[in-house]
Amino acid sequence: MSFNIEALRSQFPILSRKVNGQPLIYFDNGATAQKPQVMIDALNNYYSFQNANIHRGVHSLSQEATTAFEAARMKAQAYFNAAKSEEIIFTKGTTDSINLLAGSFGRTFLNEGDEVIISTMEHHSNIVPWQMICDERKAKLRIAPINEKGELLLDELKEMVNKKTKLISIVHISNALGTINPIQEIIDFAHAHDVLVAVDGAQSVPHMKIDVQAWDCDFFVFSAHKMFGPTGIGMLYGKEHLLNKMPPYQGGGDMIKTVTFEKTTYNELPHKFEAGTPNIAAGVALSATFDFLNELDWEAIHQHETELLAYATAELKKIEGLRIIGEAANKASVISFLVDGTHPFDVGVILDQMGIAVRTGHHCTQPLMDWFKIPGTIRASFAIYNTKEEVDKMIVALNRTIKMLR
Amino acid sequence: MTIKERQDEIIDEFSIFSDWMDKYEYIISLGKELPIIDESKKTEDNIIKGCQSQVWLDGQLVDGKIVFTADSDAIITKGIIALLIRVVSDQTPDEILNNELYFIDQIGLKEHLSPTRSNGLVSMVKKMKLFALGYKAKTEN
Repeated sequence: MSFNIEALRSQFPILSRKVNGQPLIYFDNGATAQKPQVMIDALNNYYSFQNANIHRGVHSLSQEATTAFEAARMKAQAYFNAAKSEEIIFTKGTTDSINLLAGSFGRTFLNEGDEVIISTMEHHSNIVPWQMICDERKAKLRIAPINEKGELLLDELKEMVNKKTKLISIVHISNALGTINPIQEIIDFAHAHDVLVAVDGAQSVPHMKIDVQAWDCDFFVFSAHKMFGPTGIGMLYGKEHLLNKMPPYQGGGDMIKTVTFEKTTYNELPHKFEAGTPNIAAGVALSATFDFLNELDWEAIHQHETELLAYATAELKKIEGLRIIGEAANKASVISFLVDGTHPFDVGVILDQMGIAVRTGHHCTQPLMDWFKIPGTIRASFAIYNTKEEVDKMIVALNRTIKMLR
Repeated sequence: MTIKERQDEIIDEFSIFSDWMDKYEYIISLGKELPIIDESKKTEDNIIKGCQSQVWLDGQLVDGKIVFTADSDAIITKGIIALLIRVVSDQTPDEILNNELYFIDQIGLKEHLSPTRSNGLVSMVKKMKLFALGYKAKTEN
């Protein structure tokens, strides 16, 4: 199948709208990706014709809603190649998944003096939950360093691993730099030293298909909205034997087997970790999103995005005084940059006037920005539907912006 | 001139701009011209950290009126600060407390004063009022 960008774009209604009188150029995919019609239709259809609470009703509508919601779990299992559907825990998103993991795993596996390793390039959501639990358990949080290109220093990470190390929680693709970390090598090394690995896949899922069993990762987290799905739902994948050892994170409905005022017994996986009514509509829409993703030619997308990244990088570098932050050899289609004599905020405001959506600021990675000694960057993050023509328009707009600001 | 008159004057000025570029070029030029706050006033107390840009604001009571000086690391933020200072500075605490700022809305820069912009401007306006409250309390005691 050849890669037909126009056919792909036509599935995303928002891409044909205007912003500030200009055709929208959406380069803020790292924050959230746009939505295909099939996902929007599923969401609409659910509330129009399927709405009922799940897992507990005997009536037909509830059964139907349950089936539609649980289909998302089956599809997630197949899509990420998990061994069992019970290993798929639905959460609110990446942040919620990591909080669940840190809270539940931490209270079970972390003891005084134990160590957890993260890296310098983590998003706040893969820093703060670990700081909180390490504080509580008197464990130590260690930070694997990077080099000036924004690449993880793998040898130094390996040297940090010792008998006290319980877990490495690491980002697959950096949201601020685009760096793709060598996850397979990290997992292989960690497992050889009896250390578990959690992978933050928030930025990976829109760019590639992940196979959790091929990696053999112990935990994997992502948010659906970053891979063209709905907001408010995400996933924590965990190996069954580990999830079984972890206590529930929140109490409430759906997560119990029996409740008396004296003692409550908990439900089985995955429901043990899914207290309360979940985001059913988002689950159903996520199910439709998997259908959309399954139709994609990921090899063609990889080629398209690689070309787009190389093209945009080369064009940006032609601009005088422009500095790219994050020049890892292995990068996803994310470009952070700064322009001498301008502030990222100002550049973002002016580009927005021309219909171009980029992200500016610290990207929820303050320690990383501190490491580079910069307040923030301008970030253009591309997705499957972006084009070279859009990059050209951004370059023209950027040159105009710089002329105005300097 | 009262706060109201100053606001109406700015609204009048902005009415001549036919497109966004003229408007932003003007704001940028205001930002570049803004008298910089004295370095000694760039204290931890006077800083307002927005997610996107930061603002320093100082207010001094001179002859019963508050004189504001400010700065920002972003030039557009600075340009809007220049407008705010033009309206609010050199006015009595009472005037500052009793007047609504409506001109930002009218000149089409509302989104810059939205809490979600996180450029420090919303907090800056709040802080201007706090200065006024503080000096009012001081002068009345």
